[in-house]
Amino acid sequence: MSTDTNAAHAHGHHHGDGHAHGTFSSYMLGFVLSVVLTAIPFWLVMSGTLPSKQITALVIMAFAIVQIVVHMIYFLHMNAASENGWTLMALIFTIVMVVIALSGSLWVMSHLNSNMMPMHQMSGMK
Amino acid sequence: MSPDLPKLIFGRLTLESLPLHEPIVVGTFVVVALGGAALLGGLTYFRLWGYLWREWFTTVDHKRIGIMYMILGIVMLLRGFADALMMRGQQMLAFGGSEGYLNAHHYDQIFTAHGVIMIFFVAMPLVTGLMNYVVPLQIGARDVSFPFLNNFSFWMTVGGAVLVMASLFIGEFARTGWLAYPPLSNIGYSPDVGVDYYIWALQIAGVGTTLSGINLICTIVKLRCPGMTMMKMPVFTWTSLCTNVLIVASFPVLTVVLALLSLDRYVGTNFFTNDFGGSPMMYVNLIWIWGHPEVYILVLPAFGIFSEVTSTFSGKRLFGYTSMVYATVVITILSYLVWLHHFFTMGSGASVNSFFGITTMIISIPTGAKMFNWLFTMYRGRIRYELPMMWTVAFMLTFVIGGMTGVLLAVPPADFVLHNSLFLIAHFHNVIIGGVVFGAFAGINYWFPKAFGFKLDPFWGKMSFWFWVTGFYLAFMPLYVLGLMGVTRRLRVFDDPSLQIWFVIAAVGALFIFIGILSMLMQFAVSLLRREQLKDVTGDPWDGRTLEWATSSPPPDYNFAFTPVVHDNDAWWDMKRRGYQRPLTGFKPIHMPSSTGTGIIIAGLATAMGFALVWYMWWLAAVSFIAMVAVGIGHTFNYHRDFDIPAEDVIRTEDARTKLLAGVN
Repeated sequence: MSTDTNAAHAHGHHHGDGHAHGTFSSYMLGFVLSVVLTAIPFWLVMSGTLPSKQITALVIMAFAIVQIVVHMIYFLHMNAASENGWTLMALIFTIVMVVIALSGSLWVMSHLNSNMMPMHQMSGMK
Repeated sequence: MSPDLPKLIFGRLTLESLPLHEPIVVGTFVVVALGGAALLGGLTYFRLWGYLWREWFTTVDHKRIGIMYMILGIVMLLRGFADALMMRGQQMLAFGGSEGYLNAHHYDQIFTAHGVIMIFFVAMPLVTGLMNYVVPLQIGARDVSFPFLNNFSFWMTVGGAVLVMASLFIGEFARTGWLAYPPLSNIGYSPDVGVDYYIWALQIAGVGTTLSGINLICTIVKLRCPGMTMMKMPVFTWTSLCTNVLIVASFPVLTVVLALLSLDRYVGTNFFTNDFGGSPMMYVNLIWIWGHPEVYILVLPAFGIFSEVTSTFSGKRLFGYTSMVYATVVITILSYLVWLHHFFTMGSGASVNSFFGITTMIISIPTGAKMFNWLFTMYRGRIRYELPMMWTVAFMLTFVIGGMTGVLLAVPPADFVLHNSLFLIAHFHNVIIGGVVFGAFAGINYWFPKAFGFKLDPFWGKMSFWFWVTGFYLAFMPLYVLGLMGVTRRLRVFDDPSLQIWFVIAAVGALFIFIGILSMLMQFAVSLLRREQLKDVTGDPWDGRTLEWATSSPPPDYNFAFTPVVHDNDAWWDMKRRGYQRPLTGFKPIHMPSSTGTGIIIAGLATAMGFALVWYMWWLAAVSFIAMVAVGIGHTFNYHRDFDIPAEDVIRTEDARTKLLAGVN
C-alpha cells in the first residue's frame, strides 16, 4: 500500500509534466514576430493609412490579440500538452471568465438607464 | 520648529484623531490595553517569545499555518460579534424618541466593521485555515507547493486584520457599509481616514488570499499521491480546488476596483465620481463580479466539509460522488454569471434583469443536487450523532430555508420590493451562518482530534451547538418578518413602536449566540484540561475514510513517512478494509522546507505601509515599500531553504507511534 519511490515528493515530480523549454531559434522567432506585430500598429497610427480612427483602433486590437498568442506560444511555451493539459485548461477558463466579465459589464452598463426616469420627462414634470 | 514638521512626519494623524470623545471606544481601549498588556507580559514572563517565533511565526508547516488561521478567525469572530451585539442593542433600544446609546457616526462604523470583519477576517481565515490544514493531508502530500508563500499569505491576512483593529482606536473606520459604494466612499463624501483603512486592509489581506489560492491550486494539481486521479480526490479537496480557482479568478477584480477607488481618493481621478465621466455604477458592477464568487468561495469548502462528515458519520461511501464533483464545478462557473442580482434595482432593463434572475435560480439546481446527495448518503446509514454530524444536520435544515429565500429574492419583481430590507439581511445571514459558520464548526469539531490528538469536549460542544442554532433562529427569523413589513437595513432609530418586539426577540437571539460562542471557548478550555480523558492515539477517532486519518494525531512534521498509494475514492477506508499494515522499517531521510522569518517581516512592512498611506505619512510609506522590496530581494539569496529530517528522527517518531498503537490493541 505504500511505496518508497516517492521519498522525493517535496522535490516535485519530474516525469510526465511535459515541460517545454524553447530553443534559440524559437525565442528569436517569437521576438521577431513580437517586434513586427508592434511595429505595424505604430506605423498604422503614425502614417494614418487607414481611413478612420475607429478602424485603426480595431485593427490594433486584432494585432494585440495575435501578440498575446505569440507570447503564450513562444515565451510561455504553452501548447495543448504542456503540464498534462492543465495550462490549456487554465487558459480556456481564464478566457471564459474574462469574456463573461467584459461582455457582461458592457451589457449591464449600457442597460443601466432603462428603468431610470428619462431626463426630458423629469423636466416636463414641473 | 516649523509648523509643517509634525504634518510632514505624522501626515494627517493628530491627537484629535484619537476617539477620546467616544466613551464606549475609550472603555474598549482600556480593556483591550489591559488584556493585551497581560498577554504580552505573560508571554515574556514564561519566556515564550523565542518558542513562538521559532515554532509558529516563522513556520512553513501547512498544519501550523492552518492552526494560526483558525486562531485568527476565532479572535476576529469575537470582535465582529461584539459589533453585532452592539447593533442589536441599539436597534432594540432606539424606539419611541430614544436615540439609543450609539451616535450615528459610531453606529455607521459598527455596521461597516461588522460586515468587513465577518467576511474577510472571520469566514475567510476559518475556511483558508481548514483548507490549509486538511488538503495536503487528504492528498498524501508533505506540505503545500510553496511553503514560504503560505507563511507569507497568512501574515498578509493578519496585516489586514491589524489595520482594521487599529482603526478602532486610531482614527475611525469606514461609515459606508461593507462594500464602500461610491459616491459615498469618494473623498468628497468620506474625507476622513475610514475608507482608506478599509481599502488598505483589504488590499493587504487580498494579496495573502490570492497567493494562498495559487498555492493551494498548485498543491492539489501537482502534489497528489500516486493513484489519486482527479476523480479519486476526496470531495473536500475538490471543493477546495474549485474555491481556490474562484479566488484566483475573482480577487484580482477586487484589487483593481479598490485600486481605482484609491486613485479617485488619492490623486483625484474620476473613475467612480458623479462628474467628469465617472460612473459609481461601474464600481457596483465590478465589486459584485468579485463579490458574488466570494460567497461561493466561502460556502464551497463548507459543502466539502459536510460531504466528508456525512459520509464518515453515516459509515457509508458518499452517495453520488461524481454528481457532487460536477455540481461543484457547475456552481464554480455559474457563480460568475449571477452578479447582477445584487443590484436589480439599479436601473437595468427587463432583459438584463431576467437573464441574471434566471441564472441565479439555476444555481439552486446543483446546490439542491448536493442536498439530496447528503440525504441519500444518510439514508440507511448507521448515523452517529457526534458533534460534526449535529452541525451538518443543522446546516441542512437551516441552509434550505436560506436557499429558498434566496430563490425568492432572485425573482426581480420580488427583489424590487425586498431589496435593501431586513429580509435580505436575514437571507444572507441564513446562508452564511447556516452554511459557512456551521460548516467551519463542523470542520473544527471533526478535525480537531487530528490536529491536537484529543477530541473536543462533547458537553460544552453541545451547549455551544444548541445555543448557536436556537440563537440563530431567534435572531434572524424576526428580521424576515420585519423585512416583509418593509423595514430597511442599517437604520439607527425607529418611529413605529409596534416593531420593537421583533428587535427585542432578535436581541435575545444574539445573546443566545453569545452564550454559544462562550460555550465554544469553554469547550476548547475544558478539552485542553481533560485532554488525557479525551485522548486519541489511533489517529483515526471517527473511523474515517480519507487519507488524513491514516497518519498519527497530530501528524508528524512530514505528514507521512511513506507517501501513500491510492486505489479507491475513500482511500483510507479501502486500506483498512484490505488489512493495511503500517510499514515498520525502511525509513529514509525526508526532505523538508526550512522555516523563515521573511514572511512575517514583509507582511509587517506592508502593514506599516498601509498605515502610512491611510494617514498620508508619505515618507513612512516610501521607506516601508523600499524595505519590503529589499527584504524580498534579500530572501532570494537565502540558500538555506530546505533540510533533511534524518532517518534516525523518522525512525524514532515512527517507533513511538508503533508503541502507542500497540498499547491500544
